[in-house]
Amino acid sequence: MQPISKHTGLVMPLDRVNVDTDQMVPKQFLKALTRQGFGRNLFYDWRYLPGEVPNPEFVLNFPRYRGASVLLARANFGCGSSREHAPWALLDYGFRVIIAPSFADIFYNNCFKNGILPITLPDAQVDELFRRGEAHVGYQLTADLPSQTISDAQALEFHFDINDFRKTVLLEGLDDIGLTLKHEPDITAYEQRHDPQANLHQAVDFTQ
Amino acid sequence: MYEKIWESHMVREVPGEPSLIYIDRHLVHEGTSPQAFAGIEAGGRKVRRPDLTFAVMDHSVPTKNRELPIVDDNARLQFEALARNCKNHGVHLFDMFSRNQGIVHIIGPELGITQPGLTIVCGDSHTSTHGAFGALAFGIGTSEVEHVLATQCLQQDRSKTMLVTFSGKRPLGVSSKDLILALIGKIGISGGTGHVIEYGGDTISRLSMDARMTICNMSIEGGARAGMVAPDQTTFEYLEGRPFVPRGREFNFVVDQWMELPSDFGAIFDKTLELDAAQIAPQVTWGTNPGMVTSVTDRVPDPNSFRDPDEQKAAVRALEYMALRPGTRIVDIPVDRVFIGSCTNSRLEDLRAVARVVRGKHVARTLKAALVVPGSRVVKAKAEEEGLDRILREAGFEWRDAGCSMCIGMNDDVLPPGERSASTSNRNFEGRQGKGSRTHLVSPIMAAAAAIAGHFVDVRELGVDVTE
Repeated sequence: MQPISKHTGLVMPLDRVNVDTDQMVPKQFLKALTRQGFGRNLFYDWRYLPGEVPNPEFVLNFPRYRGASVLLARANFGCGSSREHAPWALLDYGFRVIIAPSFADIFYNNCFKNGILPITLPDAQVDELFRRGEAHVGYQLTADLPSQTISDAQALEFHFDINDFRKTVLLEGLDDIGLTLKHEPDITAYEQRHDPQANLHQAVDFTQ
Repeated sequence: MYEKIWESHMVREVPGEPSLIYIDRHLVHEGTSPQAFAGIEAGGRKVRRPDLTFAVMDHSVPTKNRELPIVDDNARLQFEALARNCKNHGVHLFDMFSRNQGIVHIIGPELGITQPGLTIVCGDSHTSTHGAFGALAFGIGTSEVEHVLATQCLQQDRSKTMLVTFSGKRPLGVSSKDLILALIGKIGISGGTGHVIEYGGDTISRLSMDARMTICNMSIEGGARAGMVAPDQTTFEYLEGRPFVPRGREFNFVVDQWMELPSDFGAIFDKTLELDAAQIAPQVTWGTNPGMVTSVTDRVPDPNSFRDPDEQKAAVRALEYMALRPGTRIVDIPVDRVFIGSCTNSRLEDLRAVARVVRGKHVARTLKAALVVPGSRVVKAKAEEEGLDRILREAGFEWRDAGCSMCIGMNDDVLPPGERSASTSNRNFEGRQGKGSRTHLVSPIMAAAAAIAGHFVDVRELGVDVTE
């Protein structure tokens, strides 16, 4: 996972509440074997007209937001399906930071596994960012993870909260499987204490 | 109950770090696992407990002509990858030809893989279904699937808890689907975020396991990763004799353990909510998320009736997508297709209830198709033994093989653009059943009644209940 510490980028506002992960990556793209290449399918049904012609009315296709890497969103971003294809697509498109008043649990968790920084801010602050993002073409924000602040060139600065452990994982780009395996003796001890089993008592039709 | 299971699965707890909890059962399907197995192999790791891992093909499987070659190359490659990964790592697999194949959340309980007090995860948000047995079960992303494969553990922070009590007599024709939709309508689709919901009250105690699973299944649509019901006699009777459940004296022994699971009297929850089941009518969604729902006796709402400006905007957009005008009576909305299936409502009790509604009748001539997709091949076989397939076929329904089907439309069962469905599934998001499609979520008997009438009807008028 690519670490993230300080990131400055163009802000793209997505002014909709309850954006679900089905919208980020529709079902037909879930039949993949790798994590790569989802960026071109991001927000597929909103982004393209028939024949994959870019829909000029969808914000992602506005020329002023080309190259955006900070996504400004509304409440309950990422609800619905657990598909990690959603953060894979956001990352592959170029988004490293997502700011919203709230996130759905599974999506929020999936962001940290992929080097995306999800920032939760109060509604009023998110509203202010929407105002600035729409007022100034080329509006950029800087997310600084060590100091837990976001700021712009006009002296705006907001503090955000983040779990210390998750912060470290993002800053150092840690492999959490590697971290857990450091505690392998604890896992073995648990298994010796509890002896978890799934025993069959009647034949079932296993393929193998 | 959540705390009891949480504590009993603690592998490591250190302040300032997420807890490491042990996972008893890991369910895997073709859609969200290829990258996880690939990660395991790239990291030179192995599956720690293949004996606790169960895989099934469900998301993209065809529901007819399964014996023919799979023409969708991407789907075929995923099936092949799952079969190869299971073989290489010694994981149990139910492929699409197994007699036990079905939707992952249907077959877990059916085989007794799901049991009270267990921790159960799957790379699928509807894993909350298994909580109906008093298990702690929730959906995870693919990176976490890889983590569980490699370590049989998950890094987790403790959730908050919410107690939702349903009390009173459930009116005739009002099903568990209506109870959960009414709850989501009340708390909204993020009302349960950060929480595990425990469902209690006399209404819940009287529900069958099939009905409890419907409720827990849709917990995620209210934002809660997990939903739970305390195990009781209904739970134990359901489980006794299932393939993975101990027999004889050993069964009595585990039942004694399971009886320790229910929340203690006076247990404290972070949030509590009470609903009167007697006041709940059959529910129909009118918008593009499960919280946009109303009673069948109601009308499509006016966006101006919402106080919050974001909600107003969302309602305007939803009505435009759904091609509905405010003020339209729900019973005046016509449907093009009916889908009875999904991990929410495709169990035997659902199919029996549908058969009672449609027996001796025929689907409306205006209907383009009506599909019944049993949740598993075991459900299918049992329904056929009871002659349900014949009743449904004679009424004009297509009788299909088991899988996720039109709930997610990853196979050929897609709702065409602009068409409107009455669907027993769990999500009415834009494009969920097919690009440009319009989904109305309802209970199985509401879907059946809509199929016969060609539009929504208040199923209470038919005097048919979900149970006999």
